[in-house]
Order: sequence, then C-alpha cells, then structure tokens
Amino acid sequence: MEVAVPGGGGNRGELRVTEQQYWTFRGGIHPPQHKHESTTRPVQTALLPRRLILPLQQHIGEPAKPVVELGEHVLRGQLIARASDFVSAPIHASSSGTVVDIGNHPIPHPSGLSAPSIVIETDGQDRWIERRPITNYTELNASALRNTIREAGIVGLGGAGFPTFIKLNPGPDRIIDTLILNGVECEPYITCDDMLLRERPEEIIAGSFIMRHALQARHCVIAIEDNKPEAYEIIRPLAEAHGIEVAMVPTKYPQGSEKQLIQVITGKEVPSNGLPVHMGVVVHNVATAVAVYRAIQHGEPLTSRYVTVVGSGVSRPGNLDVHLGTPMQDLISQCGGTPESVQRLIMGGPMMGFALHSTEVPVIKTTNCIIAADRDDMLQTHQPVMPCIRCGACVDVCPVNLLPQQLYWYSRAKDMDKIQEYNLFDCIECGCCAYVCPSNIPLVQYYRFAKSEIWDREREREKSNHARDRFEFRKQRLEREKTEKAARHQQKKAQLKRGTQDESGTDKNAEQETTIDATDRIRDKNATTDDAR
Amino acid sequence: MPLTTPTSPHVRMPDSVTAIMLRVVVALIPGIVAYIWFFGWGVAINLSLAVVTALTSEAAMLAIRNRPVKPFLMDGSALVTGFLLGLTLPPLTPWWIPVVGTAFAIIIAKQLFGGLGYNPFNPAMVGYAMLLISFPRQMTMWMEPLALNQYQPGFTDVWNYAFHGTFAGNTGIDALTMATPLDTLKTQLRLNHSVNEVMASNPLFGSLGGKGWEWVNIGFLLGGLWLLYRKIISWHIPTAMLAAMTVMAAVFYIASPQTYGSPLFHLVSGASMLGAFFIATDPVTASTTNRGRLLYGAGIGILVYIIRTWGGYPDGVAFAVLLMNMVVPTIDYYTQPRVFGHKD
Repeated sequence: MEVAVPGGGGNRGELRVTEQQYWTFRGGIHPPQHKHESTTRPVQTALLPRRLILPLQQHIGEPAKPVVELGEHVLRGQLIARASDFVSAPIHASSSGTVVDIGNHPIPHPSGLSAPSIVIETDGQDRWIERRPITNYTELNASALRNTIREAGIVGLGGAGFPTFIKLNPGPDRIIDTLILNGVECEPYITCDDMLLRERPEEIIAGSFIMRHALQARHCVIAIEDNKPEAYEIIRPLAEAHGIEVAMVPTKYPQGSEKQLIQVITGKEVPSNGLPVHMGVVVHNVATAVAVYRAIQHGEPLTSRYVTVVGSGVSRPGNLDVHLGTPMQDLISQCGGTPESVQRLIMGGPMMGFALHSTEVPVIKTTNCIIAADRDDMLQTHQPVMPCIRCGACVDVCPVNLLPQQLYWYSRAKDMDKIQEYNLFDCIECGCCAYVCPSNIPLVQYYRFAKSEIWDREREREKSNHARDRFEFRKQRLEREKTEKAARHQQKKAQLKRGTQDESGTDKNAEQETTIDATDRIRDKNATTDDAR
Repeated sequence: MPLTTPTSPHVRMPDSVTAIMLRVVVALIPGIVAYIWFFGWGVAINLSLAVVTALTSEAAMLAIRNRPVKPFLMDGSALVTGFLLGLTLPPLTPWWIPVVGTAFAIIIAKQLFGGLGYNPFNPAMVGYAMLLISFPRQMTMWMEPLALNQYQPGFTDVWNYAFHGTFAGNTGIDALTMATPLDTLKTQLRLNHSVNEVMASNPLFGSLGGKGWEWVNIGFLLGGLWLLYRKIISWHIPTAMLAAMTVMAAVFYIASPQTYGSPLFHLVSGASMLGAFFIATDPVTASTTNRGRLLYGAGIGILVYIIRTWGGYPDGVAFAVLLMNMVVPTIDYYTQPRVFGHKD
C-alpha cells in the first residue's frame, strides 16, 4: 500500500507537546461493558436480503433526492439519490437489483415514523458499477479529494452521521494540528470499531493518511480505550511505523464524545460555542477513515458497514459486514434470534441509543449496533420513579459539569429562562445522570423536552418577527409607491400642461391623463395581488 | 408484537433511595451500640418509639395526601428520620417525648412541605428544636454514664420511667441525671472555674471529652467513614464542618486555654460526629454543589461552636443545621460550577 506522510514527521505542534501524555475529563461512569459477547468470532458477511430499503435521509442535513426511476436496474455503488444541499449526502445502491418502490417506509428513528426511501429488489449478483480508484491521491488538491469523498456518500460512521467532507474542510488559513481517529467506542455492547481495528488496521491507517492530506494535519492520534487490548496490540506497531500515535486511555463513559475525547488527548476544552476545528483539532471515527480509504483507493462509495448484533434476543451475537438497507430482522435471524420474540430493539448503545418500533427497519449509515432483547432482564426493567432527594450523584458524574438536578427542577417547572441560565444547551445527553439516579428519574427525557420546547418558542418568535418585518416592509413599500405615483402623476400633468399651452389640444390631453391614471391603477392592483400571493 | 420503546439510557445502576437510606441506618450501628453501652436501655426505647412513630405518621400522611403508601414508606427516609431524632434525645425521657417530636418532624416538617425531597429543613432537627423549646426540662435531663453511678438502672427501670414516670427503689430520677459535659463545662466556666479545674474535679470528663460521649462520637465517626467509603455521602460537608469547628476551637483555645475547651474536646463531645456525618449530610436539605457543600459544612461548624460556647443551649448542632438550611438556595445559586467549555 502506498502512503505518503503529509506535513512531515518532526515538527511538533502546539497542542500535542508530549506523546503518550493524556488527561481525563470530569465525571463519567463505568457501566458493565458486555463487550466480550460480540468479539468471540470474526466479522461475518451478512446475507444479502431479498429487499434493501434505503432511506433518503441517513445523515445529518437535508434528505437526498432520488435520481432513479421505478423499475430501473441498478448496480452496487450506483448513485440512486443525490445530495440536495451543502449539508447533505448522496445515497448509493448497496447491491445490484431493481428499484421496486420509491415511497414511505419505516426508518430507524425514535419517532417510529416512516420516511421516503428507495427499495431495491436484489438480483443476488451483487455486481458493482465500474469502480475508478484514485491511485495517487496526493496529486489531487484537497478540494477535489473532499469532493470525491462527498460523492461517495460518506458521513460520520460513529453514530452522528455528519457529512465527512465538511469536517475535512478546516477553511482557509486554519492550521490543523491534530487529527484524532476515534476508536474509543465507550458505550457498552458496541464492538464494531474494536473489530475493525483488529481486522482492518491497514485500511484505518491508509484512511488516516488521506484525511491528513485533506486537512494538512500535523499529527494523527488513534484513540482507543484500555478495554481493547487485542486491538491495541494489532494497531500499535502498524501505526507507529507510520508515525501515528496510538493512545490507549482508561475506560470511562462517555470518553468517545468528541469534546471529552479532545480534552483527554490534548488537555484542552473546546469552548461551549466553538468547534474543535477552531482549536486545530478534527475528530473522525475509525470506520469513517476506512470508508474514506475505500472510496479513494478502491473507488467504492459507502454501501456497507460493520454492525454489532447483540442482546438476549440473539444466541450467536457478533459483528456483521452489512449491506446498508438490510432489514434488522434479517440480522437478528442470522445471529440466531427470532425477530418475532424480540421485545425491545435498540439502535446504538444502551446509554444513548434509541428504541425502535419495529424489527423491519433497515440498517442505515449510522447503525453501529443493534441490541435485541427478548426479555427484560438484560435492559432496564421498570422501576418506580421517586422524587429527587438532591443527593447530587448526577452532579458528580456529569462530564460537562452541569447541575442536572437543577435542570430537572426547572424543566419540570417549565422555567425556560432559568434552565438556559443553567446551561441546558451544553448538555450532551450522555445519560450519566439518569444512569446513577437512585430515584430512577428519566432525567435526559426532561432535558430533551426542555430543549425542544425552547426551540419551538424560538421558531415561533422568529416566525412572528418575520411576519412583522414583512408587514413593516410592505407598509413602507406602499408608502413609497404612493409618493412615487403622485410624483409621476404630477410630472406628467406638468408635461401635458406645457404641451397644451404649446399645441392647444385640450381634448387629447385630457384623454392622455385618463390613460395614465388607468395604468397606475392597474400597476397598483398587480402589486396588491403579488402581496397576497 | 409491538416493541417497548422507552427513552435512553436503557441501563441503570442498580441503586435506589431505599438502598441508600438502609446503608445510612447500618452506618449508625456502631454509634448506637456505644450509646446503649454507656447510657443504658433508654436509648433503645427512644429509638423504637421514634421509629414506630415515624413510620406510622408517614403512612398516615401519605394516605391522607393520596400518595402511594408502600413505595414511599419503603424508601426508608422516615426510618432514618426516626433513628436520627431518637438519637438526639436524653436516654431517660417520658415516652411521649420521642412520639411528639417524631410526629412533628414527619407531619409538619416533611409531609406538609410535600414529602420526600421537598422539605427545606431537616425534619429530625425541626423535631428536636421543637422539643427543646417546648419541653426544656425533659430535654435537658441527661443521664450520666452508667459507669459513674453505683445504681445501675435495668431495662425494666427505664421502661417504667418512660411509660409510668416512676422509678423503682428509693433512688429518685435526679440521682441519675445531670447536665452533659458540654453543658457542665459552659456553666462551670461561667462560674470562673478554669477548664483544668472543671475537668479534673468532675468525673464526667474522660481523657478526650465527656466520659462515654467520646466513645459514642468515635462510633458515629466510624459509621461516617464507612458511608464515605461506600460513596453514600461526599467528603465535603463532614470535612468542612469538623474543620471549621476545629479551627474555631483552636483559635480560642490557643488564645486562652483555661477558658475554652480544646478542639479535640469539641470534636468528641455532644452531637459533633452524628451531626457531621449523618445530620448535616441529609441530601434533601443540604447544598448540592461541591463548593456549596464546603460553605454549608463550614457554616454549620462555626455556628455549632458559637452556640455551644456562648449560646443558651447545651449543644448547637440542631440550630446550626436549621440556620444553614435557610441559606442553601442562596449558596447553591452562587456556587454553580464552571460548565465545560465556559470561561469563569
């Protein structure tokens, strides 16, 4: 594999002074890991389903717009929906087959609602489009590289799904000191990044070089937790041979959260209203790095990903390499479960993942893990909610140093000003507070409620502001038009008068005057109709 | 089959209010054992009466307020209030003292404010303060440690006194009771005796503080350390309170050792350890920020010393805690921690 080291090896940046020196973040919890359950066997290829359901929105931003017709035959990697905006991502067929439906289907979303999706009936061939690898990406400029990554539909695969090309664009004049590859995987149960580190370390490193080239980043650190010693032993020699530091940090949730991880690696806090890039740091998931590598050096758009399938509802938990769009029930069956007997299905981890309403929803780009439980002993059973006793356990574990019990109090009282004073919007919804609460209060739910309530109010305010502005503007315009009209009228009249005196054709003049009035009236009327529209 | 869809997080630490309260009760055991050992069965009778009254009043009030009785009764908070109040009473006392005090604590100080989590004042301390103000005679008749008296009242003697107000034999109750060491020191010092004279002449005083009292305090200290170890309480409040008491006592003791008790004497006398580890740390009524907890604990420590030394009551823990309860909202407001990514 050909790799070129961007930025050279020797010059140390400002942020990373000493290698192998790390910090920690305040708070955090140590929930039972449950990692070994899905790491006992190698990653297996998921069976190709009969139907693939590809939602048009699998990322943060605007949904993609379909570019295929019903009945059209598509190949794996073929563009089927294009990015509709700057913050958006295209969707590609994840296997070859026929487009049989473009319409609403249940998607993995907390609401349980359906959303526009493209359904492909697979032909079993899994034939690729003609792939065009870029053999020497260092000859491309950063902008062209980003564009290729954009067209490959790559978004953050750690779970957030933010379009990757945007995070590879630090903007002009901004120097990126450190690229952090996030392989922390701090949530219990999830092991897809662990398995990726074990099985495809070369691809992660190759991906990191492409990312560093786009960012012109001086340093690169691969961060993992010390609950992944196998992965560490595999990736470390490879990484170090290429001048990449591997940081193995003590396991603590939520270490994989971007701002917390930056603090652990650099010792610096990202300002509340700032972005990591402002500090010269960019964080990408290790799986995203692999996707970037596949897109550039193999010409493959994002069509599959590793997914951890685990939980009491499957007898052979493990990691699968899954075609995007595969219904989750197929994965459950393949891992020795019966979809009908699943009582609870979680996408993501048990701390921040959300419960799904159906096992028929498809795997999308952000699906890192599914937890299928067929009984309640594995996940939280129903316990009575007691009043807050102000014990402060939540305060001790909050990684952002908020006062969760005060936020809870103001959220219950719907005191939206006070709750913002207590910095509700710095809450990352990691769930540590709710995890430790002895009164079983669903704290995160209260914060989500308060946030959406505040957003609603903002929207309402903006709407009414906008309406008022429009009204004011219209009034001004009408006023202006009226004066303009009067002036025009005056002018014409004066002109005519002058003409009359010269030619003494009074009748004609009067006729002309009437015509001017009528034209003005029509113009007015049109303007009013425009307003109404 | 429809799937259940609760919100995240989907896992919880197996902890509950009940577990916390029960651990607090367990931590009280060494202190209680020492207390009974030195002061007799009256302590046990007080505790039993207080606990039964606490649970009964809690259940009755929950029923009246249309709240589910069982889960709230099982949370253990009323149990803890009963234990704490029972421990603050003189070991020889009529039965209605623990009953009236505990009922007042639960009904007025806790349930009328909304029950668990809503009371601004420490219920046990409200009950104690009410008793002390309303029944000063019964509340200041403290026993001397059993070892100091040739007459050793047995369980039946104490029982008879508590329920019938009578004492068997020809010994009157007055032969058994006297002021506490803290009180004795204060009154004797006011009579211009020096600390050394008082402590040497009076058999009430032991090597560290009051005889018996020092061991009771050590018992509560042990229980408190266990609570710290189990992370039921944080170190801030007990440390700040005991440190503030020590500093106050040290300043005056160094300035005039003959007119003020030593820091060690104050630490092992009265309700110092019970107050520091079990009463001031009541989560509902204490400050919740870490800096606030330090202020709150220090405030209690300073007030305890002031009330003990110059006030009119034998001990100051209850009033110190209640006074600091009042300023908790203010303390909490001004001691908010710096949020991640925000400047100071």
